[in-house]
Amino acid sequence: MNRKLYLVLAGLGVVSVLLAACRGAATPTQAPAGGEAQTVEVTRIVEVTREVPIQATVVVQVPAKVVPTGGRLDTIKQRGTLICGVNGGLPGFSFLETDGSFSGFDADFCRAVAVAVFGDPAAVEFRALSAQERFTALQTGEIDVLIRNTTWTYLRDVELGTTFGPTTFYDGQGMLVHADLGVATLEELEGGTICVQTGTTTELNLTDQMAVRGVSYEPVVFEDIDATYAAYEENRCDAVTSDRSQLVGRRSAMADPSAHVLLDVVMSKEPLGPLTLQGDSQWSDVVAWTVFGVIAAEEKGINSGNVDTFAGTTDPEIKRMLGLDDSGLGAKLGLENDWLVKVIQEVGNYGEIYDRGLGPDTPLNIERGPNKLWTQGGLLYSPPFR
Amino acid sequence: MASVVSLHPRVPLWRDVRVLSALGQAIFVVVIIIVGAFLYGNVRAALQRQGLVTGFDFMRAPAGFNIGDGPAFEPSESYARAFTIGVINTLRVIGLGIVLATLLGLVAGVARLSSNWLVAKIAAVYVQIIRNTPLLLQLFFWFFAVILKLPNVRNSITLPGPIYTNVRGIYVPWATPTETFGAWRNALIVGVIVAGLVWLGIARWERRTGRVGFAPLYALAAFALMAVVSWFVLPSAPLTPDVPTLRGLNYRGGARMSPEYAALLFGLVFYTGAFIAEIVRAGIQAVSKGQVEAARALGLRPLLVLRLVVFPQALRVIIPPLTSQYLNLAKNSSLAVAIGYPDLFSIGGTIFNQTGHALEIISLIMLSYLTMSLTTSLLLNIYNRRVRLVER
Repeated sequence: MNRKLYLVLAGLGVVSVLLAACRGAATPTQAPAGGEAQTVEVTRIVEVTREVPIQATVVVQVPAKVVPTGGRLDTIKQRGTLICGVNGGLPGFSFLETDGSFSGFDADFCRAVAVAVFGDPAAVEFRALSAQERFTALQTGEIDVLIRNTTWTYLRDVELGTTFGPTTFYDGQGMLVHADLGVATLEELEGGTICVQTGTTTELNLTDQMAVRGVSYEPVVFEDIDATYAAYEENRCDAVTSDRSQLVGRRSAMADPSAHVLLDVVMSKEPLGPLTLQGDSQWSDVVAWTVFGVIAAEEKGINSGNVDTFAGTTDPEIKRMLGLDDSGLGAKLGLENDWLVKVIQEVGNYGEIYDRGLGPDTPLNIERGPNKLWTQGGLLYSPPFR
Repeated sequence: MASVVSLHPRVPLWRDVRVLSALGQAIFVVVIIIVGAFLYGNVRAALQRQGLVTGFDFMRAPAGFNIGDGPAFEPSESYARAFTIGVINTLRVIGLGIVLATLLGLVAGVARLSSNWLVAKIAAVYVQIIRNTPLLLQLFFWFFAVILKLPNVRNSITLPGPIYTNVRGIYVPWATPTETFGAWRNALIVGVIVAGLVWLGIARWERRTGRVGFAPLYALAAFALMAVVSWFVLPSAPLTPDVPTLRGLNYRGGARMSPEYAALLFGLVFYTGAFIAEIVRAGIQAVSKGQVEAARALGLRPLLVLRLVVFPQALRVIIPPLTSQYLNLAKNSSLAVAIGYPDLFSIGGTIFNQTGHALEIISLIMLSYLTMSLTTSLLLNIYNRRVRLVER
């Protein structure tokens, strides 16, 4: 009798596997398209524009590629923490301290987004990512947002399926050379060896800039940021190239910072900013307006020390920003109305974030340059909160 | 159910072992196909949702980056060409690595069985330490603690040649071909053919007369004669010397072994050599003691015992695990990216970062390693089949 039982069980197993596979193959997609507070449910991924009529005379157009909207923010709220991709090895931007916390400019922006969503700067889980794996981590949804000194380029914006937020740091590519070489220009590096990290725009820019100048050189390409700078310090290379802010940061951690000189050359534009996955405009807006919020706060003179004193302000834009009137800007984004108040209280405005990571009291001491407000001749410009 | 007892009992279908096993295999295949189809469909849906395109057309775009080691490469050449250079670099490491690791393993394995206490202990310490530490750690050690501690370019160690050793590499004088090189190369090919004919002729004379003729020696002499005569007959020398000279920041000219290549080679050779040493030791110990005693009784010296009696029999035990170690070496070479050597994994990673096509690049890398590994194991299996013990 147990032989018969075995056959019956095997048959049941096959049937159940077949049933499970059939149900798993169809991927239902939800696309709420509002019109007179009515929702349309589409259960197939459509690739052409379709007009879906509802009972009334209102005709709603479903966009060409139906993608889920509003999903990421809800997922994050349900999870209770924000998962943020950072560098972890770049002093001043995102650096893993000896007590296990992450410090720096980018890390603070991660905390700012977490405060915007949860009101708590500790509700963030940092993931240290190498240059090679940062985009894959975002593409697969492993992280919610990537704030990892990433340069905004055409191909990255268009080909990777990601969206850039506003630039938080306007940087440029530079070259760090050994002081004893007596080199002052890029042309004098003819025939030299240059260390560079793989997976970065610096690799490509180096080729372009040296080709423009007709300079031949030998590149040594590493995956790990520490190996790159270690090889440079050991004189394997005459120079190392990266964003100027990164060079300054790493030089401050070298054995003898005065033995290295940053050439007075800016080899490219490197606008660094946060990235989110393409197609989720609500989540991308949350990240973008957090950045704009801290910039606008500095413009209006609001900082973590005096944000409470603005409760009785008469400036209509500040009232809208801080949620003091009933325009309800926060709710339109899916956040609390006083989200910006909490961000400024817990993390500060742009100037405070900058000074904490890169300011005159830090070993890096990078002057703001183009990273000043537009009213002071810089490039930081927030659209109006209206 | 009434059971029928007869001389040839007919087994019902649901109890027939052959039917059940066939059914089980069919079900298994169906399950595999279903799982595979589900995974494939999942990937396709995810890619569509993201708006990412698949396909290999991007490999034709210009690379835009330089490669510091290996055959000459311009940034204007395609990604496909860059990947090919990566494969060539990997093969350079694997080829020399396998040869050196085998030699080192042989020596260390035999040394472990030596009757000299010091030699045996040194070999044992080497094997135990190297086998039990991670390879990446050893690569970092070789690169940062050994190779990069070489002197600066200005203070190179100069050996007669001139051979310059510094932190940027080992520079040796080399030769560049001139316009008559093609003709000389053809003469060399003719020389090889002539040498082969000489060898065959002497072998046939040996068979006919039963006397010993030194076939390899005469063949080599014929080849050398051909090479020298054709060199002087040609109007101009086919090769000109290329001596490394210090120009500006680096040495130019000559042939160079880069520090990354050296560190990777040393690391891989020492690591794999330790494993091969143990395999060789196991093979030698697998030969029965009676063979050794009989050979000694015949009056053979210990070295001849090893070479003529023990080793041919030990080889049968050594070859299969040796294949695994060669494959390990081939795949471990992908750690080159950690120390800056542009092998196929490193260049594939660079292409992936510039273009974002993860699936295509990863599948290309896997395909390359798979091809190399399968070729190696195929060749070694052919050799194994020729030397293995064939019993009843």
